[in-house]
Amino acid sequence: MTLATGLLRVEQIMGTAITIDLRDDGVPVAALDEAFASLVRADARYSTYRPDSEVSRLGRGEMVLADCSLELRQVLTLAEQLRVDSDGHFDVRHRADGALDPSGLVKGWAVEEAAWILDQAGARNYAINAGGDIVLRGEPEPGQPWRVGIRHPLLAEAVAHVLELRTGAVATSGTYERGEHISRPRAGDGSRDWLSLTVVGPSLAYADAYATAGFAMGHPGLAWVNRHDGYRAYGMIGNASGVRWIEGSN
Amino acid sequence: MPKRGVISALLTAIGVVLLINFKTPSQQGFAAFNRQTVTGTTNTDGTASAGGTPPPTATVPPTAAATPTTKTITGPAISYFFGTAQVQVTLENGKITDVTAVQLPNEGQSAWISQQVAPILRSEVLSAQSAQINLISGATYTSAAYRQSLQAALDQARA
Repeated sequence: MTLATGLLRVEQIMGTAITIDLRDDGVPVAALDEAFASLVRADARYSTYRPDSEVSRLGRGEMVLADCSLELRQVLTLAEQLRVDSDGHFDVRHRADGALDPSGLVKGWAVEEAAWILDQAGARNYAINAGGDIVLRGEPEPGQPWRVGIRHPLLAEAVAHVLELRTGAVATSGTYERGEHISRPRAGDGSRDWLSLTVVGPSLAYADAYATAGFAMGHPGLAWVNRHDGYRAYGMIGNASGVRWIEGSN
Repeated sequence: MPKRGVISALLTAIGVVLLINFKTPSQQGFAAFNRQTVTGTTNTDGTASAGGTPPPTATVPPTAAATPTTKTITGPAISYFFGTAQVQVTLENGKITDVTAVQLPNEGQSAWISQQVAPILRSEVLSAQSAQINLISGATYTSAAYRQSLQAALDQARA
């Protein structure tokens, strides 16, 4: 069995670059292979870009919910809970054509599954970065937290803030994502209030969904996210002359 | 529009410094220095490359172990449409303690903008304390430049 002595691997999956940065020694390399394979499987199941995916077939009415995999039914149940919780600001049917698009939820879900595979293989110190949505475990070096740069909302190559974190998840929604999976179903669209909204918490699926919904809510989104146990939201405001990092109160 | 251009380029220059140039003391093993200046160079295509690094020939004074290790890094001069931007970063024991602009556009409206923008940049960098960034949240990876910066940061983090 081949064991890793710290590994950094990047693969293109789910339309983005996914990086696994493993800092432990002695984790089977096969576990990394399996973690990436689980992400590929998730892409096949959930992708809205693949006409043969379960999501696409369900969306076209070619199959009914009862015939869907347990995982997809779980994702859709969670999506419905989030839609109600967020007063419709998170909605997997946000697209104008009414098509099912759970991509705002399934990436976090899938990355958590990959993290679970690494946990089972004995990994304790690693980071998974899926296009800016992050799962963290342990420390990059003994005694050092992970240093997570928050992308400057207007300048893709600059970092506007740094968070120091250990185990947890980080997701950021921003204006640069507009038109992708930010849902704006309500009158009084608040998505102009924030340049970006970052959520830190235990689960990436929730952090991602809360960031999406909180961003769409605008200013009240910060307090809304902070009402959820273990989750904290941070907003970025400003313009090209400078941005400011806002920490909300409960 | 010029204003936006200047600021963007300045911030981008800072971003390049943040993502590419910093290494923590332990990674560079520069404990043998009491003070060191590293000067970067700029290629004609605007990309930065490390250059002019003095050889590590300094010897440790007997009292050096008791004093904080201070390091000054001058980033590459980034030339762009409105002039040249270059920043100098001071680190003490791997923590950023100061950021100053060595060069900023100094003519006309650009000079005024430089005066307005430099303090903002300084506070941003100081608050970021970016001796090292392991990974970045909020990226959509749409630009090739971003991917390059990310990869450089990742490579550096593991160097």
